[in-house]
Amino acid sequence: MNAQLQFRDLTLGYDRHPAVHHLSGEVTAGALLAVVGPNGAGKSTLFKGIVGAIKPLSGHVDLSGLSARDIAYLPQAAEIDRSFPITVYDLVAMGLWRKTGLFGGIGKKDRDKIETALAAVGLTGFERRAIGTLSGGQMQRMLFARLLLQDARLVVLDEPFNAIDAKTSADLIDLVRRWHKEGRTILAALHDIDLVRANFPETLLLAREKVAWGNTASVLTADNMLKARRMCEAFDDEAHACAA
Amino acid sequence: MYDYLIAPFAEFEFMRRALVGVFALAIGAGPIGVFLMLRRMSLVGDAMAHAVLPGAAVGFLISGLNIYAMTLGGLVAGFVVALLAGLVARSTELKEDASLAVFFLISLAVGVTIISVRGTNIDLLHFLFGSVLALDNQTLVLIAVNATVTLIGLAFIYRPLVMECVDPLYLRSVSGAGGPAHLIFLALLVVNLVSGFHALGTLLAVGIMMVPAAIGRFWARDVTSMILIAAAAGTLSGYLGLLLSFHTAAPAGPAVILVAGILYALSVLFGSVGGVLRQFFPGRHLEA
Repeated sequence: MNAQLQFRDLTLGYDRHPAVHHLSGEVTAGALLAVVGPNGAGKSTLFKGIVGAIKPLSGHVDLSGLSARDIAYLPQAAEIDRSFPITVYDLVAMGLWRKTGLFGGIGKKDRDKIETALAAVGLTGFERRAIGTLSGGQMQRMLFARLLLQDARLVVLDEPFNAIDAKTSADLIDLVRRWHKEGRTILAALHDIDLVRANFPETLLLAREKVAWGNTASVLTADNMLKARRMCEAFDDEAHACAA
Repeated sequence: MYDYLIAPFAEFEFMRRALVGVFALAIGAGPIGVFLMLRRMSLVGDAMAHAVLPGAAVGFLISGLNIYAMTLGGLVAGFVVALLAGLVARSTELKEDASLAVFFLISLAVGVTIISVRGTNIDLLHFLFGSVLALDNQTLVLIAVNATVTLIGLAFIYRPLVMECVDPLYLRSVSGAGGPAHLIFLALLVVNLVSGFHALGTLLAVGIMMVPAAIGRFWARDVTSMILIAAAAGTLSGYLGLLLSFHTAAPAGPAVILVAGILYALSVLFGSVGGVLRQFFPGRHLEA
């Protein structure tokens, strides 16, 4: 298999302090990869680095020719202004941006696509609702519908199932599997270890540095988990410049 | 009835001019106001309206009451302050609202000082409260062109602008249109403030923008209707305000904003979306 994504000695961070330290490795095209690690392990930072929201302190991410438009990214805390007067339908329709751009019309085919996406996440009948009236779970379903429309080759999900009930996360994980079957490359940061074991063939265990990366069962051992937890979370204000 | 509502405009040319000017102004400024409100930038609008003043004053200093010089000065000053305030907020600890407040107070002080150096108190009043009853052809054309540019420009950036309001992170992840759209929006804002400045003066120019937008919020649940209602409310305020001014000899600019204020108060009370009456008497709750 060829690589969709390569990390080359990648260091990402804030204010010179590394949050992801000297990470190397590659994600094969079509992989379904879980990124696991304690809070502050650098999962979100890694994702931001992948989608280009932050620049590496050193090293780089090789996207194998993917442009920003081929990546669908669901941030951990979506900065959505829920008081903004917009309907569920219109927000989901934003997923078509790559196709419509500034002026492209939304035709019959596109409307069908939007309806299909809404149906896939179980939000049929919510089209005309204002986004401010949705519950947390419905909100997440709506964002997945938009991801569906983005039709991206690389999907990056940052803790997509936080504060989501079991039924909703089960529905949404079905969508993730469907993407996997369609050959898309998927990265997801997750805390629910059982969910990872059940659904993700490959796992990266991250604690600022790579603890283990590979087959999920061999990565998520008690030893590795303990090791990840021991790696300290806080920045050291007195830290020296890294020589490596 | 005819005498009261229509005759003032049928008989007096300056009233007709004022009406046309105010209509053009309201139609351009209403939509801009809606986006300012939705982006929580109401204060930015206020700050930039004041920022126009010193620029226009410099134009006045150089070439007297020449509309092009004052317009150019106002445009330049408006852009400079818009960019500076953004820069200061982004690069220092000072929050944007505080840095804007500082900017607009300084602008006002500088503007008033410059005008007083060269002009009279009449000139100063003209700058502060505009001269909607004395719009000449050049000014009318300028306001109409500005309104046209505004509507066309907004159509161009409508999608990215809405997306950046609702979900800036998403827009950034799929497109680089957010930054340019924001700049174009600021440009349109300045253009409208300059129009408003000529008709209503530096202190009230934002009024025809923000008050109708706030009215729209009480009657509509989506952006499109909000924009339509804001433009309509601005237009209505313009018409009623000019009438009020004609019959009571109240100053015209303030009368327009005053009427808008009354419409706003009525909207707060009776608005169908979140109006006070609705909140106190929402009707029996539904079954599901």
